[in-house]
Amino acid sequence: MNMNRSKIKILVAKPGLDGHDRGARVLCRFFRDSGYEVIYTGLHKTAEEVANAALQEDVDVLGMSFLSGAHESYVPKILNLLKNNGVDLNEIVILVGGTIPEEHFKRLIDLGVDGVFIPGVPLNEISDFIDLKIKEKRDKSEAQHYFVGTKLIQKNPV
Amino acid sequence: MIRTEKNIMNKKDWEEEYVKYKERKDHFKTLSGINVDRLYTPEDITDVDYNEDIGYPGVYPFTRGPYPTMYRGRIWTYRMFSGFGLAEDTNKRWHMLLKNGETGLSTAFDFPTLMGRDSDDPLAIGEVGKCGVAIDTFEDFKRLFEGIRTDEVSSSFTINPPAAIIYGMYNALADVQGVDRKILRGTIQNDMLKEFHAQNTLVLPPRPSLKIIGDIFEFGVDVNPKFNLISISGYHIREAGSTAVQELAFTLADGMAYVVLAKERGIDLNKLGPQLSFFFNSHNDFFEEVAKFRAARRIWARFMREEMGTTNPEAWKLKFHTQTAGCSLTAQQPLNNIVRTTLQAFAAVLGGTQSLHTNSFDEAWALPSDEAARVALRTQQIIAYESNVANTIDPLAGSYFVENLTRRIEEKALEYIDYIKEMGDGNILEGEFIGIDQEYFIKEIGDSAYKDQRNVEKRERIVVGVNEFVLEDEKLTVPLLQINEEELRDIQVKRIEQIKERRDTKEVESSLEEIQAAADEDKNIMPPIIRAIKALATEGEIMGVLKNVYGIWSKPTLL
Repeated sequence: MNMNRSKIKILVAKPGLDGHDRGARVLCRFFRDSGYEVIYTGLHKTAEEVANAALQEDVDVLGMSFLSGAHESYVPKILNLLKNNGVDLNEIVILVGGTIPEEHFKRLIDLGVDGVFIPGVPLNEISDFIDLKIKEKRDKSEAQHYFVGTKLIQKNPV
Repeated sequence: MIRTEKNIMNKKDWEEEYVKYKERKDHFKTLSGINVDRLYTPEDITDVDYNEDIGYPGVYPFTRGPYPTMYRGRIWTYRMFSGFGLAEDTNKRWHMLLKNGETGLSTAFDFPTLMGRDSDDPLAIGEVGKCGVAIDTFEDFKRLFEGIRTDEVSSSFTINPPAAIIYGMYNALADVQGVDRKILRGTIQNDMLKEFHAQNTLVLPPRPSLKIIGDIFEFGVDVNPKFNLISISGYHIREAGSTAVQELAFTLADGMAYVVLAKERGIDLNKLGPQLSFFFNSHNDFFEEVAKFRAARRIWARFMREEMGTTNPEAWKLKFHTQTAGCSLTAQQPLNNIVRTTLQAFAAVLGGTQSLHTNSFDEAWALPSDEAARVALRTQQIIAYESNVANTIDPLAGSYFVENLTRRIEEKALEYIDYIKEMGDGNILEGEFIGIDQEYFIKEIGDSAYKDQRNVEKRERIVVGVNEFVLEDEKLTVPLLQINEEELRDIQVKRIEQIKERRDTKEVESSLEEIQAAADEDKNIMPPIIRAIKALATEGEIMGVLKNVYGIWSKPTLL
């Protein structure tokens, strides 16, 4: 990747009461070591706090970690808050990771999530996906990639 | 067979003789990074004295086990951590498990309950009954125990900031069932130090959190002498990414700090000692885990006897619950998790655990289904009854490797413990507070977690189905437990409304004021908490009083 990662701003968020932050912390450190600008919300954030942080920091990537099952209520809420505040979801990369049942993947993608990551995905596949999506969004590319579970998939325009 | 001309008399000669035989890797290490030799011999255990360091089960320093009969007397307790949905949903799961031979109960609470918040709290939205059972008032707690007698089965409660409230509910339940509080058996986790280090269920600041733990000790040694007043937990430290050595070291350091706290409060350590219990993780490195459990007993016995001067042998015994490593489960090829769990459970049994939870194979995806939970329980029963490993005590003792590894792990853990004590100028409790303040524990554990992840990426640690032996185009076919959170939350919110309408408001207010006064005046908060529980004050209301008095802890967000 030839992308200048220092110009890519990533917000890693822990919405809700879940305190399991091993994955979020490992990712933050990996993103930082890989050259991105990283902000971590810390624990126990409300949907409003996460959305506000994303807005104020004008982030390119919003990654949300859930090991509690609370993604079902938090993801739609946070994405709605962003939309209501004038954010075009096509312009930022939205990622969700953690213990996410496979049957929820489609629902999350339909809401506007670009990538859903389950445990076991190598870190560099996550960063490669971020670089790819940033490029697609900046170029307003016709081809759209998604990440679901452990796989990168491509949806071609009809 | 290759015979050598040379008469081999020691390990060095043998190594030199066979150095030309190539091995798969340059270095072999345990998961904690301890070097592992090709072979172990009597030369590797010259610093271990049988009677001083290993000894006999039921005899100081208890390396071989706390009891003289161990599993020949009684199989470890099958204690499956479970809870989801409403109290009645969890009650149904508990009855299913008991019917299938479970011998002890263990409660998983949902996040709002764990954080001392009611189901109608704005922060509870999306979380009610999701990761455990929702308990708001004593009415819910009674529903949880429908058809279960507190004098017939022991119960464990994984709860920390609101530990005093749930512990109070258990006492109140015994009163309602007409059971003498003196015979209540079970465990309240009540371990805030590991929350600050790893698990992050954080509400009150460190010092008040520890003050309340002291209250529970002081109350419990007299009122519930058969109840474990704390479960000093390494499990979560390990899950957050520590090594086995760090898990052992930080857990024992936490335990030592609690003993110092009790001593400073004037609690009789000979009485309290037998009411302290431990909780460890059992991970993939089989021999390292067994060695860890054996080292734990030896270090603890020496601390309680030699350093704290207790004279009651019961106070010297480290007794522990084990849970297999949740963080070792893979989402990929989930049935493989049954095999991982079996090996980990086997290590816990050979390590002499008193009680065991085995994880279900579907837990990298969601809370376990009935079937997955049953297979996990059956795993324990197969080890107990089919493998015959429970027929003799500590069968790995005397293995040159296991004894050497037990010693190495003990040494490395003691180095950490000494360092924590030094941070507090010789007082390990103060060392803990300083370590929390300086984020020492978080950094240590975070570094290990990161290193481990890099090892998986570099394929230095193989995870079957994840970075090796991967199945292309794998499709998940595991039936998952479904939880309709909105529906559950509606029911719980209505229940709270109805209770608030019908309860005696004056008694609730007066009991909450009494908790506030006790906290303000540094008195024991347990008696007024039990009064408030019986008056149907909610968990959130009681926790609210404590937050008002003690303030709220907010966690640093260091990377």
